[in-house]
Amino acid sequence: MRVPVSWLRTLLPDLTADAGEIGAALLRVGFEVEHVHRVGDDVRGVVVGKVLDIEELTGLKKPIRYCHVDIGSRVHEVICGATNFAVDDLVAFATPGGLLPGDFHITSRKTYGHISDGMICSARELGLSDEHSGILVLPPDSPLGADVVELLALRDEVLDIAVTPDRGYALSMRGIAREVAAVFGLDFQDPATLDVPPATGGHPVRIDDLDGCDRYVARTVTGLDPAAPSPAWLQRRLTLAGMRPISLAVDVTNHVLLELGQPLHAFDRDKLAGSVVVRRAKPGERLATLDGQDRALDPEDLVIADDTGPIALAGVMGGAATEVDDATTSLLIESAHFLPVPIARAARRHKLPSEASKRFERGVDPELAPVAAQAAVDLLVRLGGAMAGGGTDEDEHPPAPVLRLPLDLPSRLAGRHYDPAVVRRRLADVGCAVDGDDVLQVVPPSWRPDLIGSADLVEEVWRLEGYDSIPVQLPTAPAGRGLTDGQRLRRTASRALAATGLLEVVLPPFVSEESLDALGGGMTPPRLLNPLAETEALLRPSLLPGLLAAVHRNLARGLTDVALFETGVVFPTAGSRATVAPGVTGRPTDDELAALDASLPAQPRHAALALAGRRHGRAVDWADAIEAVLAVGRALGLTLDVQRLAWGPFHPGRCAELLLDGRRVGLAGELHPRVTARLSLPARTVAGECNLDMLIAVAESAGPVDAPVISAYPPASVDVALVVDETVPAADVETALRAGAGDLLEEIRLFDVYVGPQVGEGRRSLAFALRMRATDRTLTDAEVLGVRDDAIAEAGRRVGAELRG
Amino acid sequence: MSAPNASPLDPDQLEAARDAALAAFAAVQVLDELPATRTAHLGDRAPILLARRALGSLPAADKADAGKRVNVVLQAVQAAYDTRRAELEADRDGRVLAEESVDVTVLPGRVPRGARHPLTTIQERIEDVFVAMGWEVAEGPEVEHEWFNFDALNFGGDHPAREMQDTLFVAPEGSGLVLRTHTSPVQIRSLLQRDLPVYVICPGRTYRSDPLDATHSPVFSQVEGLVVDEGITMAHLRGALDHFAAAMFGADMRTRIRPSYFPFTEPSAELDLQCFECRGRSAEPGGEPCRVCSSEGWIEWGGCGMVNPAVLRACGVDPERYSGFAFGMGIERTLMFRHGITDIRDFYEGDQRFTLPFGMEA
Repeated sequence: MRVPVSWLRTLLPDLTADAGEIGAALLRVGFEVEHVHRVGDDVRGVVVGKVLDIEELTGLKKPIRYCHVDIGSRVHEVICGATNFAVDDLVAFATPGGLLPGDFHITSRKTYGHISDGMICSARELGLSDEHSGILVLPPDSPLGADVVELLALRDEVLDIAVTPDRGYALSMRGIAREVAAVFGLDFQDPATLDVPPATGGHPVRIDDLDGCDRYVARTVTGLDPAAPSPAWLQRRLTLAGMRPISLAVDVTNHVLLELGQPLHAFDRDKLAGSVVVRRAKPGERLATLDGQDRALDPEDLVIADDTGPIALAGVMGGAATEVDDATTSLLIESAHFLPVPIARAARRHKLPSEASKRFERGVDPELAPVAAQAAVDLLVRLGGAMAGGGTDEDEHPPAPVLRLPLDLPSRLAGRHYDPAVVRRRLADVGCAVDGDDVLQVVPPSWRPDLIGSADLVEEVWRLEGYDSIPVQLPTAPAGRGLTDGQRLRRTASRALAATGLLEVVLPPFVSEESLDALGGGMTPPRLLNPLAETEALLRPSLLPGLLAAVHRNLARGLTDVALFETGVVFPTAGSRATVAPGVTGRPTDDELAALDASLPAQPRHAALALAGRRHGRAVDWADAIEAVLAVGRALGLTLDVQRLAWGPFHPGRCAELLLDGRRVGLAGELHPRVTARLSLPARTVAGECNLDMLIAVAESAGPVDAPVISAYPPASVDVALVVDETVPAADVETALRAGAGDLLEEIRLFDVYVGPQVGEGRRSLAFALRMRATDRTLTDAEVLGVRDDAIAEAGRRVGAELRG
Repeated sequence: MSAPNASPLDPDQLEAARDAALAAFAAVQVLDELPATRTAHLGDRAPILLARRALGSLPAADKADAGKRVNVVLQAVQAAYDTRRAELEADRDGRVLAEESVDVTVLPGRVPRGARHPLTTIQERIEDVFVAMGWEVAEGPEVEHEWFNFDALNFGGDHPAREMQDTLFVAPEGSGLVLRTHTSPVQIRSLLQRDLPVYVICPGRTYRSDPLDATHSPVFSQVEGLVVDEGITMAHLRGALDHFAAAMFGADMRTRIRPSYFPFTEPSAELDLQCFECRGRSAEPGGEPCRVCSSEGWIEWGGCGMVNPAVLRACGVDPERYSGFAFGMGIERTLMFRHGITDIRDFYEGDQRFTLPFGMEA
């Protein structure tokens, strides 16, 4: 809402504060002044001049005049392209060295064979209005040589005020003036107090849809001079408020909209056929609106219709067929109370947010309709030579509610005391009728449909008294339980990944079909209905697409060694439509809540990593990826089993699935060459991903760690070299040795892998160091050899291992 | 049998052996040669050791004197050996260790530097601030049902407030699923799932259909605070906010609240921080202009207010008995204030140069 300070002062004659002080005061009561536009500062050196003579230059493509203008101190010669002024007229003359809006500096120059030593200004050139058809001719009593900026009061300030959606009343000079008056303690004369004659003899009106409109006032105006212009003050106000002057009839309706907040519409009454009816559109009906669009109407659209069909989209935009034009002499002024929901929907449906719809959506004062119509009629009579005609007022709006406010509630909720008299006075300031003692009965004013409960009234008291007067007191919570195990373990996992030398990134979850295809496809994540980019309309089913794109981005920015990880939720499956639609007047049933949750897609938290380039002074390899996932497991106190798996985007021979108690919890390894090629990543880029939720769930349920018994007896070490088929994973051999060795085995470590003629084609030798120890004795040689033999035997049984000869 | 004057116990002989030994040890220049010299002069067959062995055959009367002489010589030679060995070992150590010296500033990158993202670590820091006051950390899904994201938060179906937040909707059409536009649905889940009183903090990811630019991102992070208890006041809200601001920005950080509107709080307030750049001086008369706060002196940090009774009712909480407050603010904004980050895109581009300097704690 743009509020010219000059206009505000006409409503509040006692207002002495400047724009900055008004802005600060409005901020304290909840209206943010986003910007103060200063106008008139950009006009300098423009004075009143008298036209002494006019010479029409001939032989040119357009009319050009050569004139002399007397500004009192001297006479200037000047070339002018306008023709709407005569000798002896007083004009606004910009002298050389002067300045006009748009940083337009006036200089003396030669043109059309004459010196043009200044400029005769139009209203538009002065920034006064959009009127540019000709020169601004000043009243004959204007003093020669006087500064036009002073004379026309061109200097003004406009407050650009952000109005929150609950305060529709503040989208008007009336609403803002009331707030300013309350803050500064000024008297406020409501401009919406006019004498309105009884509604008789008006145009026939019928409201067929009370859900869309509960009051419709129509006033007729006849004998309007279609050529009557809007006076400068009216154009000036509209321009300052950010609207474009169009014609007297339209400008008058806009003025009333800005001053009172009541959207009006003027129909050319001679173009109406029969009664005006407020109803919903019928299937198939169309309407050509004022913006030149021919629109198909929706049966939910609220329309104004006459015998020919719809003539306006109610509360949004008028129709072209009944538009006021330059021959219109008879008007029907519509001043209606349309209800927020149908107007909001129609404005959205037709993508037509208008000054009218913006106000109806937020709620317009239902008592305002006849007053606003009267204000428009008065202006048309005064400025356009029109005669006021009859009126119609179909009024079905409900009475204002009576709210109950315990007198001490503002104090109880604030944590400070408000005097009961202050509470009453502040409610009266905003227009409430207040009655009662300990519990007040409060009737909100008709312009405040947002006041529906005691909390709303509390806010009114607080904000007018100042939020800064509310004290500061730390709340005391009961003893809390701290972070949950899961929350702590999540932090642990993230730290473990960083500790392995990976850098954490946080990436948007939007991915493209192509990026999923590149990883092998087959995923069905949720799709966005209105994505920011059509190419990234899917939610990530895995962290890898985003992470690999980030690796690429880092490399493209000239980095050579990239090692990233991310933890975050993924969306592997689409959601569904909920089978319930709970209300909000009470707690939903457990079944309803379960049904809502069941409609959500699964959103497990994953951790993923990707590396390219070098690390530890060598090229990254598959083991870096697997070890990082294992590190997450270890940090959570879990031992993950590694098993080879040919899967999806990974190199079929260099991919491991990570298992926890036999369930797959992750995958890691080198990316398939096809994938790296498609994603423009370096060959042998490696990656891994695991389901953090699954890991944490197991870790959480594991309970306290059983402490080990630290044996004081000496260890016994023995090495075994086993020959197995080269396809047998080392992890399987190790598992077998562990199983065979039993409890006396303290540690097992693979220390050599040999492939060569000594072990034969297609086979390899794996050398393990076993360390054994008992908790209660020194092991004998016989025991050690027994354990070793049992281990070897088990490896032989499970994976066909043979002791290397 | 040797002549009596050639007896190993002869004092002259002993002195000669001693002198020879001392000279020999002094002459050794390389540690490797020292053992051979030691064998010659302190070995079993060396003159001094032979002399000591010969003591046994002396008459008792002569033993004491001769024994003393032998011991004096033996100790002197042993001392000379020990000294020379120490000297030669020191020489060797000096030489070898000098040869083994390296440029310790050449670190071949065996331990790569890892780091955590400031969005993660600041969230943990925020959680810790409130957990220390006895609050708990609440969570909720990122794809959320509109009932939690809007309805229960008192956003009417056609209320313009729904338009305030540019929502990303999730298929299928009419599913009622959205990417949560704020962390406020966690308020609802907390009130539905937890026993009263509730004191929770919830940091998390949120989404709006804002195109990406230097100050807007379709993905961003918020932290939500909610307290519902008997006797909760706006003063309590201010207390919690001031404590939070001090924990993030230092004890001298000032805050301001001013009236605003949110459907889920009533009364509602906007929360401002004193400008961290000019500390409010730009708004004072004659103050230098400040580009950070546009010379307002204050910067918007978040929204807050008393929980709207309609929200309490939708969660089955009796608004006659309980009151509460809620607040929410942007975490990126918090980090931008704190660390001088000027472009919100830096958070979400995955450039590892951004993460690296933050280490393990923001």
